[in-house]
Amino acid sequence: MSELLTTPGQTVGPFFHYALPFPGDRELVPPGRAGAVRLHGHVYDGLGAGLQDALLEIRQADAHGVVPRVEGSLRRSGASFTGWGRSTTDPTGHYWFSTVEPGPAAEGSLPFFAVTVFARGLLDRLFTRIYLPAPAEALAGDPLLSTLAPEERDRMVAIREEDGLRFDIHLQGPSESVFLTYPRHGG
Amino acid sequence: MTSATDHLQPQQIVSDEIEKLHADALPGDCQPRLDFAPYRSSLLRHPTKDLRHADPEGAELVAPCFGHSDVDRLESDLTIQRGGDPIGERILVKGRVLDGDGRPVRRQLVEIWQANAAGRYVHKRDQHPAPVDPNFTGVGRCLTDDDGHYSFTTIKPGPYPWRNHLNAWRPAHIHFSLFGTDFTQRLVTQMYFPGDPLFALDPIYQAITEQGARDRLVATYDHDLSEHEWLLGYRWDIVLTGSHATWRETGDE
Repeated sequence: MSELLTTPGQTVGPFFHYALPFPGDRELVPPGRAGAVRLHGHVYDGLGAGLQDALLEIRQADAHGVVPRVEGSLRRSGASFTGWGRSTTDPTGHYWFSTVEPGPAAEGSLPFFAVTVFARGLLDRLFTRIYLPAPAEALAGDPLLSTLAPEERDRMVAIREEDGLRFDIHLQGPSESVFLTYPRHGG
Repeated sequence: MTSATDHLQPQQIVSDEIEKLHADALPGDCQPRLDFAPYRSSLLRHPTKDLRHADPEGAELVAPCFGHSDVDRLESDLTIQRGGDPIGERILVKGRVLDGDGRPVRRQLVEIWQANAAGRYVHKRDQHPAPVDPNFTGVGRCLTDDDGHYSFTTIKPGPYPWRNHLNAWRPAHIHFSLFGTDFTQRLVTQMYFPGDPLFALDPIYQAITEQGARDRLVATYDHDLSEHEWLLGYRWDIVLTGSHATWRETGDE
């Protein structure tokens, strides 16, 4: 099969705030609903400063491991779970989502949130995963995590806290996050 | 010059850096460098480690779905949002969204945002002393049709200054946000206009080191899209990366 030449990416720039956010963008489920969990954290630069102009998107399965294919993310009715959300960061670099913990997509696989990161100063989007906390032996058996050093593996797993799941993203620096490429991305 | 610009370097220094990075680049690199120092904001915001190879699974294989409950048909016309005509050159931007195997991306969301004809964004942090147009927000959305076509009626955006270096100007562009059929095909990019004299000077555009790849961000003037006494037409097709669903079925690569 012949492949076409891919259109390159460009930075999201500083001026997306009046275009990409929408009411309820980060509320995959209404906060406070039974089963709702807060997924949140900060996005940091190489000096540890929070990014006030980053944008995160998540894609995930529902609690049963089913990835929804339903419309309605942009005008959420609260009735259906679309499995996709978008959050800007605040002036400290903080983002948050109200969602449910995804179930495993297949028997024996580890559940995760798929994540895309955009920011001013970031010339192309970055992909990563946020894994749910799991026993060390389970994490070590994951096809992706098993290829990482233990400290990198830990950096792909959310931290369970009283008010939800916390996951920080470091674009650069000693705690630099693990970012992903997929087979069809080429190069 | 005021003291606020004292720390900014002249264009020539930035242009020399771009030239050197291009000379050292390997051919065939179709994506922007994440580490591209002439774009000063990238210095602390690019990963230093290689991207890790992952085989997509679960949610990564399924793009979010959007439909007419998400997007009103009128949202694709940026010239009728505020009850009055925006100032500037009315244009039609039309094209197709395809995946890496040439398949149309059907009924999928396309989002755009842009400056007005004077080069000013409706954004509280845009300090460019050019007029805001009360009849223009510069924000649009549409869904592709069954052949992957999208279409926006808008105003040609103006170039605008920024503080990457002294006398830095961005070429006129429209920001595009695109989804495919896999989550891994997500793309945010910028569409430019043919013949812009600012191309060679712009570190964001030039972060793509291969000329052929940069060219793919430039729309084509298409007289067949222009309308008599009404607007000028530009055509721009977008190719996302390949879908992994197909890749798995056919065992390519």
